[in-house]
Amino acid sequence: MNLLDATQYQLLLSGMAVTVQLFLVAWVMAFAIAVTLVVVRATDLAPCRWLVDAYVEYHRNVPLLVQVLFWYFGMPELLPEGFRMWLYQHNAEMSLAAIALALGSAAYIAEDIRSGLRAIPGTQFEAARALGASYLQCMRFVIVPQALRISIPPLVGRALLLFKNTSVAMAIGVMELTYQAREIENETYRTFATFGAATIMYLLGSFLIMLIGSRIYDRYRLNRGGHGA
Amino acid sequence: MINLEKVNKWYGAHHVLKDVDLSVARGEVLVVCGPSGSGKSTMIRTINRLEPIEQGRILIDGADIYAKGTNLNALRQKIGFVFQQFNLFPHMSVLENVIFAPVSICKQPRKQAVELARGLLARVGLEHKIDAYPGSLSGGQQQRVAIARALALQPPVMLFDEPTSALDPEMVGEVLQVMKGLAKDGMTMVCVTHEMGFARDVCDRVVFMDGGEILEMDTPERFFSAPSHPRAQRFLADILHPRG
Amino acid sequence: MLDVLSQYWPTLLVGQYPNGPLGGLALTLILAACGLALSLPLALLIALARVSPYGWLRTASKALVNVVRGMPLLMLIFWAYFVVPKLTGQVVSGFWTLIFALVVYESAYLSEVIRSGIEAVPRGQIEASRSLGVGYWTTMRRVVLPQALFNVLPSMTSQFVSTIKETSLGYVISVNELTFAANQVNNLVLTKPLQVFGILAIIYFLVCFSLSRGLSWLDLRIRRSRAMA
Repeated sequence: MNLLDATQYQLLLSGMAVTVQLFLVAWVMAFAIAVTLVVVRATDLAPCRWLVDAYVEYHRNVPLLVQVLFWYFGMPELLPEGFRMWLYQHNAEMSLAAIALALGSAAYIAEDIRSGLRAIPGTQFEAARALGASYLQCMRFVIVPQALRISIPPLVGRALLLFKNTSVAMAIGVMELTYQAREIENETYRTFATFGAATIMYLLGSFLIMLIGSRIYDRYRLNRGGHGA
Repeated sequence: MINLEKVNKWYGAHHVLKDVDLSVARGEVLVVCGPSGSGKSTMIRTINRLEPIEQGRILIDGADIYAKGTNLNALRQKIGFVFQQFNLFPHMSVLENVIFAPVSICKQPRKQAVELARGLLARVGLEHKIDAYPGSLSGGQQQRVAIARALALQPPVMLFDEPTSALDPEMVGEVLQVMKGLAKDGMTMVCVTHEMGFARDVCDRVVFMDGGEILEMDTPERFFSAPSHPRAQRFLADILHPRG
Repeated sequence: MLDVLSQYWPTLLVGQYPNGPLGGLALTLILAACGLALSLPLALLIALARVSPYGWLRTASKALVNVVRGMPLLMLIFWAYFVVPKLTGQVVSGFWTLIFALVVYESAYLSEVIRSGIEAVPRGQIEASRSLGVGYWTTMRRVVLPQALFNVLPSMTSQFVSTIKETSLGYVISVNELTFAANQVNNLVLTKPLQVFGILAIIYFLVCFSLSRGLSWLDLRIRRSRAMA
């Protein structure tokens, strides 16, 4: 078993950098989209409900790879010629992969937040209203903060999944970690070393996310300091 | 100050409030009692519109609370409400719970609100817990914080919906103590409660409800010694000498 | 879109069959079914190892599960691509590579589900059995596992749908499942990527959506009949 040399490590690290970048961009977008979905859904108007539910069902039943392929090969067809050219010149792979990843994750994150919302007893809302808070004030100060706190564990799980799912972007040529690992392996045939190093990097990334997640959880969870009578 | 005129309410086919007429004068302390299911909690919740009514009028300081153009939130800021289950906000500390309404809703300056909160928490005996979270407090402590929270906007009237029913017996006393203090300071209060000792000590009038109707209204002396309505007599007998 | 579909539906449905090996949607379903079926016994073994009284076994299985779950499925597929021929000493088709990767991935996930099912069985059950003189493994087999697995079976339905989505990654190693077949169609048609990948997404959606609804209805019926038994 040969170990890798410096240039190959550099390539792997650059792949890791792309992975992290893709992850962060997609996560931020996904969260923003998810919050929008939740807010729209909460209006309880029939078309809003239908739209959001359809969105969630679509993204839960279509594989991520297919969504990425659709966005990369299919969607640009809908764009006007000029915009499409501009997109291809400006790292289309990365952007479209990020969009596909974000849209897919948003569906799951929205469901997690909605479960969090449902877990809050209606009496909290009542208590805030009894103090004279408007609907929006209730949501902003009492309901949503609690929903987010309750949702932290499943959201950390989603972040982990998103981090690993960035590997799918390699199918359209995004030079993230898995792509680089495969390229190096193809050239050098040092299978175990290359894949081993890449795997370790993924494990470190996963571990880091879990660590940050549990810190956030400890900081923000409800029922701090024991229970009341 | 508070007037309920011919208030009627239905849950589907179930007639839960029947022609309820009630008047509460400023500074008066009213205790509402009765068997469970009598509609007393429902009635008190109609006053700040947590429960809607189908018929009748509710007036606060002469204004119909269902009149067009009534600002519901402004109305509720003038009524302090204490729940049976306390309903403190678990993600906020005791201080944040109490200053929530003044600062986040009424946009008062924070410094002022914190001063006021300290005073209120001292009044309920919990100033030392000001930075604690509800999860670390006992039921009695949580309820006292809830009372302080309700007092934060300095409402002229306080409503209590069975404030001690969810507490272990040894903590009931500390909450009643706070409520007695408020009564002695001249607060207008309407309390739904089973605590007859409290009723005897501080209230001006006892209202007995059953089956959605007000069956009797008396001073505590008259009510506890010789209630006139037969159901009230039975209720008192059960409370003082439980059957079985 | 309809013309693409009408012309190429055999390719999408069954690949080159009967002029070649089975592919397309049929292969996807076979991959998912085999993958899930084979992963169940392995998941059970891993779960038992995780709760066994032998410290080394617990540590080893915990490490295995965390490593497998810490890396992307795609990475695992590449591992399988190069490790399986080395293990078996002969050339392995993409089909078996994918099955191997799917089985390992699914077992790691399922073993966690089974493990939490085992740990959810009240201690009193084990204590009662042991105090009757029943040995550890028999207790496991006759008392704990039946109760633990009772709760696992319902999630099998959603696992099947998940596995179907995971088979799409066979595209990357040229396994002729549905996504790869659609890509081949796209390479033939060339001018209608939006339609081709749109059809691909719709097929997955219809299959997964109806399966998950159908299976959960079935699951409900089974549970109702159990409750009445």
